[in-house]
Amino acid sequence: MKLSESILGTQHRRWMIRAVTYTALLFFAVITLVPLVWLLVGAFKTNEDFFGHLFFPAGDGLFGVDWSRMSFDNFHRLLVELNFFNFILNSFFIASVTAVLGTLFASLGGYALAKFRFRGRPFILGVVLMAIILPGPLLLAPVYQLLYQLGMLNTYWGLILPGMAPAFGIFLFRQAMLNSVPGELLESARIDGCGELRIFFSIVLPIIRPMVGAFLLISFLGAWNNFIMPQVILQDENKFPLAVAIAQLRGTYNTDYALISAGTIVSILPVMLLFLMLQREFISGLTSGAVKG
Amino acid sequence: MKPIRKRKFSAEPRWAPYLFLAPFLTVFGVFMIYPLFQSVLLSTEQTFGPEFTEFVGFGNFRNLMTDPVFFVALRNTFIFASAAVLLQMPMSLGLAMLLNQPWIRGRAMYRLIFFSPALVGAVFVGVMFSIIFERRTGLLNIVLHRLVGFDLDFPWLQEYAMASMILASLWMWTGFNMIYFLAALQNVDKDLVDAAKVDGAGPWSRFINVTIPAIRPIAGFVVMLSLIGAFQVFELPFLLFDGPGPNNRGLTIVMYLYQSGFQIGDLGYASAIGWILAVILIACSLIQRRLSRHEAF
Repeated sequence: MKLSESILGTQHRRWMIRAVTYTALLFFAVITLVPLVWLLVGAFKTNEDFFGHLFFPAGDGLFGVDWSRMSFDNFHRLLVELNFFNFILNSFFIASVTAVLGTLFASLGGYALAKFRFRGRPFILGVVLMAIILPGPLLLAPVYQLLYQLGMLNTYWGLILPGMAPAFGIFLFRQAMLNSVPGELLESARIDGCGELRIFFSIVLPIIRPMVGAFLLISFLGAWNNFIMPQVILQDENKFPLAVAIAQLRGTYNTDYALISAGTIVSILPVMLLFLMLQREFISGLTSGAVKG
Repeated sequence: MKPIRKRKFSAEPRWAPYLFLAPFLTVFGVFMIYPLFQSVLLSTEQTFGPEFTEFVGFGNFRNLMTDPVFFVALRNTFIFASAAVLLQMPMSLGLAMLLNQPWIRGRAMYRLIFFSPALVGAVFVGVMFSIIFERRTGLLNIVLHRLVGFDLDFPWLQEYAMASMILASLWMWTGFNMIYFLAALQNVDKDLVDAAKVDGAGPWSRFINVTIPAIRPIAGFVVMLSLIGAFQVFELPFLLFDGPGPNNRGLTIVMYLYQSGFQIGDLGYASAIGWILAVILIACSLIQRRLSRHEAF
């Protein structure tokens, strides 16, 4: 008697705990998603409807929504009249070149720091670790001055070059290769007469492929979302990436909320889709440095 | 067994590591180390654009110490950083613990949802929330008004700049930090938890005595990461308020650095601000290292 009572009691309690947990999760999921959904719906409305209706404009259409008042007009205006198609291409160019070159340089360097013993290695490692702690904005003024002296202000190279030596990246790659790339494998490849560069590209890189994918994505995201550097370095509006263009849009059309919503959606959708495709690699790469390191 | 051909030098060639490091070190030297030294020099100069400089010694730092605007920026940044981190950590850990229940279904989906705001750059979050916090027409006031009769005209951006920034940053970073806590929780030794259970430890005592010590190293890492990010906050308020906001309520250290260096054109003053920021961050990381002395970073 007593036993069954207590089992019923624990079952009831377990059921309660689950209900509360799922409710809390759902609540936070809604809070997370509603701003994005609101923005997305707003991007398809006219500015009057943006003020008049919280989400969809009511009407007699499907689900009680007046679909005829939703349109691609904001996107058309952005892409065609306001040059956003160009800004999207600029962002893609800057982010992909920075990501590919930064990942290449960091992985090459990380390999040297992880798998070779040579003079100056502890010193280089120390300098890299120090550079991770220093705040990026500290270098804003001197880099600006340097780019001015090199005549690289208002050029993409002025924006991309400083991003090509990520201190955090070389550290991550070193950590990743330290244990997962066996020295014996490299040794036997050398005995078989394999060149050093070929060892790197056809043995080492494939082993740490998840890390390469994750870091490519991290750098792409970082460059895509970077605002302060292009804002400072680029003057020519045709060269602007989305981050700078959206700030201008916010300044110029500050009451056209529907248009600003559309601009934000256009800016964040590409990286969201990219991430959805590669999310597993991204998250494992993100946490691997912290958990193992 | 494969015959092993003995060679004179099977060891790695000596030039190889230098070759591999060369591209990185070249760029790193030119665009990181050289500017680092240059910023020390710059902090002792007053400049008018990148070209005209004048040596002022410690003048920039002296001026900063008596610059009321800089103190507003300092105060705002400290409030933001401490509030953001203090609120973010328990929320992230709480979410992670909810998701870490073994019977949760759809864990991957929830993780993806909670993480997604971190993909949106601070610039875009700033623009987005500048609309959301708007009086009368913004999502937040309308929803709160309909649910609990909240004041539709509540001036988030005009009067409550700090609260707006903190709320927006919570939306942005809670899920990101949760990923780390979740990874840490999944590494907690199950046997240890079971042993504690057998010994009659309740959930709270298990949390304090088993879970917290097990996730401490990662918690330290996450706190550091959040602090470093929070002290450098710039884009979020810059776009939320389209500048420093009314009465500099949204002014932060990096925003003041930006204004000084690139709106006024004094790269020297900007560098001095940068060094103060660097000192703050170095102090933070020293304290963190001190607190977690016996744990590997």
